[in-house]
Amino acid sequence: MIPCEEANHTCDKTQYKEATLWEKIKLNMHLIYCRACRKYTKNNTKLTNTIKCSKVECLDKHCKEKMKKEFDMALKEHSI
Amino acid sequence: MPDHKINPNKWIELYSDYLFNYTISRVSDREIAQDLVQDTFLAGLKSMKNFKGEASERTWLISILKRKVIDYYRKINSIKGKAEVRMSYNSDTDSEGDWLEQRVADPFDKTAEDSMQNEELGDAIYNCLSKLPQKQADVFKMKTIQGIETEVICNELNITASNLWVIIHRARTALADCLKENWFK
Repeated sequence: MIPCEEANHTCDKTQYKEATLWEKIKLNMHLIYCRACRKYTKNNTKLTNTIKCSKVECLDKHCKEKMKKEFDMALKEHSI
Repeated sequence: MPDHKINPNKWIELYSDYLFNYTISRVSDREIAQDLVQDTFLAGLKSMKNFKGEASERTWLISILKRKVIDYYRKINSIKGKAEVRMSYNSDTDSEGDWLEQRVADPFDKTAEDSMQNEELGDAIYNCLSKLPQKQADVFKMKTIQGIETEVICNELNITASNLWVIIHRARTALADCLKENWFK
């Protein structure tokens, strides 16, 4: 038996394929009797699939930092 | 009185990912997309006085970016005065349509509709992400969109793994709720 908090944590990890088999077994046993966590798991999986099929992209950190540096310089010049 | 204020100090944090996502779906090259986004911010800075506050900052920046994308295609197509299309589209060379005119989206093309829906979904996701606290959004993007390992994110942001999972949990809950309101209706 695991508490809901742990079940949700395992569920989050499952979304990134980071839960161990034993953790997944415990999660599924919890889901049998816990309606709230079943709902959370359902929504959470849906979110994962939505993001995956949207193919959204974002900038990586270094690139953003570089961008920010360049932009800050332009900003300084602009305010002079 | 203008309804919207303009404040370039926060542009990169607030809009760079959104603009990048918009661009990459149109030019499909990361480096070019980055340059176009940067150009957009700089152009926005220069023409700040033209901002009337009728639209939000983000809408205004997108309208600049749209011009930049068009200009980009115009430029690569007119190198040395040649009117030929110099886009490197799909690799199957024997498919018909060597000219840009023949390559514009077919309104009856199913995939065009799909990608349009993807763009809208991307917008919805970014709208929801922009409502999260900055740190939650950052961690979520790194973990989910960029797929960076937990350990690497922890090192980079100087947080513990359990800290990261708490942030991820909050972000996921908020995002799921927000998308439920704005997308899955």
